[in-house]
Parts: sequence; structure tokens; C-alpha cells
Amino acid sequence: MPDRGRDEAVIRQKCEVLSAKRAGVYHTITIVAPDIADRARPGQFVQVLVPGGREYLLRRPFSIHQASRKGGWAGTLEFAFLALGPGTTWLSEIQPHDVLDVVGPLGKPFPYPRDMTNCLLVGGGYGAAPLYFLAQELRARGKRVDMVIGARNQARLFKPVEAKRLSQTVVLATEDGSVGDRGRVTDVLPGMVSRCNTQVVYGCGPNDMLRAVAEYCSAHRIPSQVAVEELMACGLGVCWTCVVPVIRPNGSGWDHLRSCMEGPVFSGSRVWWERWLGGRTEPLATPPHGFRIDDGDATPPGTWRAE
Amino acid sequence: MARRVTLAVDLDGIRLPTPVLGASGCFGSGQEMAEVLDLRQVGGIVTKSVTLAPVRGLATPRMVETASGMLNAIGLQNPGVQEFVRKDGAFIARSGVPTFVSIAGKTVEEFAEVAAHVRDVPGVVGIEANISCPNVARRNQVFACDPDAAADVVGAVVRITSVPVFAKLTADVTDIVAVARECVRAGAHGLSLINTLLGMAVDAETFRPALAAVTGGLSGPAIKPVALRCVFQVSQALPEVPIIGMGGIRSATDAVEFLLAGASAVAVGTANFFNPHATVEIAQGVGRFLADRGLSSPADLRGRLAAKAEAEDLVPRGG
Repeated sequence: MPDRGRDEAVIRQKCEVLSAKRAGVYHTITIVAPDIADRARPGQFVQVLVPGGREYLLRRPFSIHQASRKGGWAGTLEFAFLALGPGTTWLSEIQPHDVLDVVGPLGKPFPYPRDMTNCLLVGGGYGAAPLYFLAQELRARGKRVDMVIGARNQARLFKPVEAKRLSQTVVLATEDGSVGDRGRVTDVLPGMVSRCNTQVVYGCGPNDMLRAVAEYCSAHRIPSQVAVEELMACGLGVCWTCVVPVIRPNGSGWDHLRSCMEGPVFSGSRVWWERWLGGRTEPLATPPHGFRIDDGDATPPGTWRAE
Repeated sequence: MARRVTLAVDLDGIRLPTPVLGASGCFGSGQEMAEVLDLRQVGGIVTKSVTLAPVRGLATPRMVETASGMLNAIGLQNPGVQEFVRKDGAFIARSGVPTFVSIAGKTVEEFAEVAAHVRDVPGVVGIEANISCPNVARRNQVFACDPDAAADVVGAVVRITSVPVFAKLTADVTDIVAVARECVRAGAHGLSLINTLLGMAVDAETFRPALAAVTGGLSGPAIKPVALRCVFQVSQALPEVPIIGMGGIRSATDAVEFLLAGASAVAVGTANFFNPHATVEIAQGVGRFLADRGLSSPADLRGRLAAKAEAEDLVPRGG
């Protein structure tokens, strides 16, 4: 590898696998990555090389589930995934002491609320993974954390016990009712918001779920931050494949912003969900009525504090 | 080693510290890559294409991985040349990296106007006229599909600036040598070979094209044999013209193959995505390759391919 310059903020490291575990139907891998873990913030991701199938060259992006910066496991980093394609299937067979080529930390992290204290974290499937890291950081800043964790069924519920450990109240929602409330996270969201006196919402999970959460929050004037997912080649900001249509802060128009650079965390009220997820084959010419955030944004200036 | 190896190359007056550049659309203007790489070790950068007006680009999905490669359909998203000069131009001026600005346009006049904006940016050593992007609204905007249309663009850009102009060509033509010839006749200083190949992918689960734009540009190791063929054909026909070879390069051996086929330098594109250090590692590898064989410079490899074919035999004939 080339000599590192002084200014580089993104690290490429060969990382030893510390452990590879199952969590329901999901896999989690913990790697020794001191330089990356040291800089990692909740909402950021890493790009992992999957040399299993030489036919597939691109790295796979994974959001950071845990990063330990101090204590007994200092310098480790954990990510979660479902074995779906050739890359993740190769990763699912990895063993402790194997070595992974990892680039990170990448992307913009979740901002923390400046003044408000009551945070509701909403996660779907293994997309919930970064919320546990976020919950820790929020609690360390004296915030109240409540969680809604949803999935299709019990086996797809990501680490419900850990959610209970990290938050004041937890509601689990499964579509088949195999555990917790029957239904989707958006079905239990209104009840949780009023019960927990929620002031800000964080979301991570399938894009359709994020859209429902963000639209609920916008309608009820609750600031939300969501971590989105879009097909990505480089993760470094140069390929421009992972863009999401985002309304400008003053509502004067919109831009295709990169989920690897300006995201993956966006204000839920500023993502133009209909254009992004709804009209992929029939692009809309102008933002839909009522979606201008200059008059409808639920996020007053100064709500979020960047760290 | 007995002989000192230099990695520097000279593209007929353009000096580069190594023969390995970051390819257009795969390296930004260097600013993002500087987060993961020491740019001083890069041979040069070809920026992402810039147009006269800002372009938002195509809807997502814009990317799909394919066998030994990937398809992209970005649609030339860029902030427009004024914003480019203000932001990227300032970065190029202080980066110290030899930079080619890639320009694109829907008309000959637009190419010339964009060139006029970028020609005075300090640090710009060349202009790459991207006349071969496959992700444009109409096929007649792919000027490199027609020798005369290609020459019109190159001629207009050359007239407006003294900065050396490289024409970026596509392999999606019957006779790339004919297009190359007309570009050089119109004043191109050099040629960049090749752009992505027009392709598509289908999602059998959803019965939909994998890309929102239906078709896209194929890149990565899958296209390397096509790119090598083009570099070889063109360099045989136009041996004096500097060629920047590109298409699927991911190792030092790949780069050496392009130099042997006739390129003076190479550009690395898709490989940056999975190996952000690719440009630097490949240059270092070329240095080791030269040292191991007692060669002193990348120029020692250029066109050294032991091939019997005459240029005439390589050019497709009609009928």
C-alpha cells in the first residue's frame, strides 16, 4: 500500500476478524480496525472487499453496528448483514483470524440534538444495526433513548435484547405477530411518540419504511434523521451512483446528493421520497405540492448539532 | 538495480510524474480521493466531465455490478462549468497534480464554450473532450460515433485554446482508426482510449432493466481486451500520437500491457472504486516491472509488442 499522507481521513486497513456470529437470520462480524474504529461515528459505514467471487469486484457497504474506542475491546468494529448475494454469502463463511480489506469510516454521521432530549430510534430488519451505536452515543450525552424495532418475523428482528438494554422503553413489531406487536413500525410509531414524549426521531432500515417514518414525522412536525441506502460503487464520493434527490434547505429546488458523502444520513423532511422511490420510471418535473420545506419543514434552524 | 528507473512520462510536451492517471468520472477532481490517498503520488487526474450548465443527471438505480465489471448511467451529473472553475478549479490550482479537465456538451458550440472557461485554470495541463459518453439523451450526441462530427468538436475546442486537447473515443464504432485520424487531423494533441461500452442488464425478478436509464456504460476488467485492441489499432495507424489507454486496468501488469500495445500513459477508472490506492500501487508496480527487466522508463515499453500484423490488416474493411 502507498504511504499515507498527513491529511487522509479515510483509512484502508487489512483487518483481522475477531469474531463472526449469528444474530437471528443475520450475521455479524467484529474486526480489529483501530484506526477506523477510532474515527467512526454512528451512521457512518465501511466498504468491505469480498474477494470470494472474482467475478464480483466492488466492495460491499455496511453500516457500523458498533465501534469500541475504549475498554477491553478497544479498536474493534462490528457490522451486520444478511447473506443474500455472492458477496455477502462469501462473508457469511468468514472465520476468526481471517483478514478483511476494509475502507472507512465513510459518510456523514447522525447529528445529535442540541437542546431536545427525548430521542426515538426506529429500525427495520438488520437496517437497525447502527441504531445501537447511536443509542450509546446519545445516552452518553444525557439524552433519553426509546426504540422501535420491527421486522417481518421474530427471526428477522435484530438484537431485541440489546435494544431493551439500551433504551428506556422498547416496542417490538413483527408483521406476522410472532413477537411484540403485530404490524409495521409505523403502526406503533404514533403511540410511542406520545407515550415517550418524543422530540426527535432517528430511522434506519428499508427505504420504504424510512419514507413512512419521515412522512409521519413531517406531518407531525417532529425533526427526523434517516440513514438511506442506494446502490453504490465507490463509497468515496467519486462515482456518483448513490445519489438521492434532496430538497434544498430554502426549498428553492433539489439536488441529487451522494449518499456516501452528503449522506447516508439525511433530514427525513428533505428527502424527495416520491421522486426517489415512487416514480423511478416516470420522473416528476417539480416537487409535489405541500412538500416544500421552506414553509413546511419540521426542523427549526439550530435543531441539530454537528460533532 | 544497475539502472535508475524513472516513472515520468512525456505525452509530447505534457510531463507526468508517473504514467498512471485517475480516469474521468472515477476520481472526481482529486478532492475526495485526497481523503484516502496522497495525490502527490498520482501521475495525473482526468476530472469528471463538466458541461456548460449544471446537470442533475439520471434517476437511480444508476449502477449495477456485472460479471467482472459494472454498468453505470449517471448522465453527466455536474455543477456546471462556472461552479466547477470556482470550486474544482481552486482545488486543481493548489493540488499540484497535472490535471486534464474533461469537457462535454450537446453541441459543438457548447464544447468550445466550456473549453474557454477551463483553459486558464492553473494546473490544467490538458483538456479531454468527452465526445463518447454513452449516457446521453440521443445517440447523435455521441460525436465519436462519426469521424466528421468528432473532428468538428475537436476543431472547435482546439481553435479556442492553446491547452493540448485529447479526444476521448468509443470502441462502439466500426472503425475507431478512422475517427482517431479525423480527430488528429482536426488538431487533437492526443487520444484517450476508450470510454465505457454501451450495455444493459436485466433484473429477471422484477422484469425490469437493472438501470433506471435502461442502458449504461460498461466498465471494469470485462472491457480490457476491447480497450487493448483499440489502443493497438490506433497506435499502429498513428504512431506519433500520444495515447492515454484505459479500460479495465486494475494491476501493474494490465498497465504494462497497454503500454506495450502503444499507450504512452494509462488511466485507471473502475479499479479506484474497489481499491482506492490503485493509481499509486499500479505505478509502483510498473516501476518494479521496469527495474526487474533492466528498463529505465515506461517509454521503453511503448509499442514494444512483438506483433506481426500490419496496420492495414487491423482496420476493418467494408463489405
